[in-house]
Amino acid sequence: MGKILFKEKDLVVPGDVLAEGMDYLPSGGCIREHDKIIANHIGLVSLDNNRFVRVIPLAGKYIPRAGDTVIGEIVDMSFSGWYLNINCPYEASLMVKDVAEFIERDADLAQFYNFGDLVIAKVNKVTRFSNINLTTKGPGLRKITGGKIITIASTKVPRVIGKQGSMVQMLKEKTNCNIVVGQNGIVWIEGKTSDDELMATEAILKIEQESHIDGLTDRMKEFLERKK
Amino acid sequence: MSYTKRNDGRKFDEMRKMEAKLGIIPRADGSAMFKVGDTIAIAAVYGPRELHPKFMQNPERGILRCNYDMTSFSVPERKRPGPSRRSTEISLVTEKALIPVLDLKQFPNAVVDVFIEIIQANSGTRCAGITAASMALAHAGVPMKDLVSAVSVGKVGDKIVIDLDKYEEDYEDGATDIPVAMTGNYDITLLQLDGNVSKDDFLKALELAKKGCSEIDKIQRKTLREFYKGVKNE
Amino acid sequence: MNNDYIRSLIEKGKRIDDRKLDEFRKIVIETNVSKNSAGSARCKIGETEVIVGVKFDIGEPYPDSPGEGTIIVTAELIPVANPDFELGPPGSKATELARIVDRGIRESECIDFRKLCVKEGEKVWMVFIDIYPLNDDGNLIDASVLASLKALSEAKFPKIVNDKVDHESKTNVGLKLSKLPITTTIYKINNNLIVDVNNKEEEVIDARLSVSVADGNIHAMQKGGDVPLRFDDINKMIDIAMKKEKELAKFLK
Repeated sequence: MGKILFKEKDLVVPGDVLAEGMDYLPSGGCIREHDKIIANHIGLVSLDNNRFVRVIPLAGKYIPRAGDTVIGEIVDMSFSGWYLNINCPYEASLMVKDVAEFIERDADLAQFYNFGDLVIAKVNKVTRFSNINLTTKGPGLRKITGGKIITIASTKVPRVIGKQGSMVQMLKEKTNCNIVVGQNGIVWIEGKTSDDELMATEAILKIEQESHIDGLTDRMKEFLERKK
Repeated sequence: MSYTKRNDGRKFDEMRKMEAKLGIIPRADGSAMFKVGDTIAIAAVYGPRELHPKFMQNPERGILRCNYDMTSFSVPERKRPGPSRRSTEISLVTEKALIPVLDLKQFPNAVVDVFIEIIQANSGTRCAGITAASMALAHAGVPMKDLVSAVSVGKVGDKIVIDLDKYEEDYEDGATDIPVAMTGNYDITLLQLDGNVSKDDFLKALELAKKGCSEIDKIQRKTLREFYKGVKNE
Repeated sequence: MNNDYIRSLIEKGKRIDDRKLDEFRKIVIETNVSKNSAGSARCKIGETEVIVGVKFDIGEPYPDSPGEGTIIVTAELIPVANPDFELGPPGSKATELARIVDRGIRESECIDFRKLCVKEGEKVWMVFIDIYPLNDDGNLIDASVLASLKALSEAKFPKIVNDKVDHESKTNVGLKLSKLPITTTIYKINNNLIVDVNNKEEEVIDARLSVSVADGNIHAMQKGGDVPLRFDDINKMIDIAMKKEKELAKFLK
């Protein structure tokens, strides 16, 4: 037997008791303490499959997961590869063997990715000791040239992408821009004109600010129509 | 001599007026302000972030580093800027007050830095700092299984009181000051005392602390919730 | 000797040196450790050894207490005592130790600060209490307090010659402590409360509470360690401190 002590999508705060009894299991953003499930993040709580209690954090650093697309900045190099700042507690590494380009032995690595360069990469693997391995082997993964970069809270990334990418697709169409949203909150925008890029920027920042107010999709449609 | 009426007219079990704000330092990963009476504390959290120098890293879990500081103008007689033995000790006990609720296992080799600054001081500064830091840590998204709230209780003259102000702390007929911090679950994470009390009086004061911390915990939760008011997933 | 072994022993009510949970190691207190001090003492608890020297000097009073002298307590955790102690200015451990010792003495008012006044508003005696552990085998706090109290009891004021302190002289006048604020630190390991941990036990403690008691009154407390205490723990810890005050006071006679 067990008891659920919340309503779907309630806002919870660390220490809030979400459920009692051993029937329920914590599945993100919460933990079990004896026979209670307790929130350990500020977030929105929901129940999955009638068993799993999940809290989606509203705050916090980006935690890299294998498969994530991220945008990072080259901050260091060694003979085996590059190190990137991806806006999380640890630097990520991009090894020579994991880049799309063919690199000859003894080549000057800076020719490929240099200090300050921005790269769209995929998280290959995260080890137990927080070694984050990136790769640029894959469609769409490359060094960025041109366009502009903005930073949003990584917790808002799902809203900017939307269900099945619907939101970012709408943004791309209405602003005529190429947009890549890194899971780590770094967003790359490349438009034909700087006005287009500005519109996309404003739209994304608006989503970040207003993600919590109902009717976001409709509002964004309106906003983009107005701006054209 | 009997302390029959509190200096500011409060009841013996009444806290000063309190106010809390979240997100006051945009650059920080988390931040909060807590005001109790005329004491104002702000806390800023940076992290988790990689810890340098490397020899200080803990490969098993992230570490918490707290720094308590008072601005030179926070007190009537200018305080020389920089750390003192008192602030070193307070930084230490603040860290001990907060670490029990944090879960830093998923951040090996990283550090969570908490910076507490007392902008204005009228007693109860370390408690205000801990209360603010707790909210700032939650705001920063550091995993924590509970909030921590802190209050000073004590004995002024012959009365057991809550939330001593400067007048009471310096009361000429003697005062015992007892800063206490506890989790929402009544686990005590900070306990200090200086003065002169019997065990009975001490236990009475501790019960009063429980009451005060419950009040503060409510304010902390309300502040956190209101900051994210109206958040719903579409 | 690993941590789990110590913890499991304590669960069974035993310790690696066969002591009971509420039993102190052998305590030895000696005086006259260092001739140039106004008063000095050595306290050994088991193999933990701390020496304390008291020095007097004349200084200006604090502006808010023009008729009172004061004590200044410093702890130097020198590498001699423990290879983990590093050279340099006092860190948080040394600072905390000094302040815990200071609190018990100051708050109990065992020294009447007004009797330290030489000329109101101008000259007061400052009592320097300097703590040097020589061997750290755990429980430095309790050893430091005992050594400090003994050194203070023995300390004699220097002579004032031509308006200056003659640091090489000694009068017959001492401090006359009105009470002895004894500090007992009670350590918590899982749900067990023990006193006087040695080095190995100190590495596995979850929390500690130092309680300074004089004549049945509590004058200072300090909680340490990463684990919280329950109300019930604190209650029991105070009782232990009250009991130990009587036992430990005997060593200061």
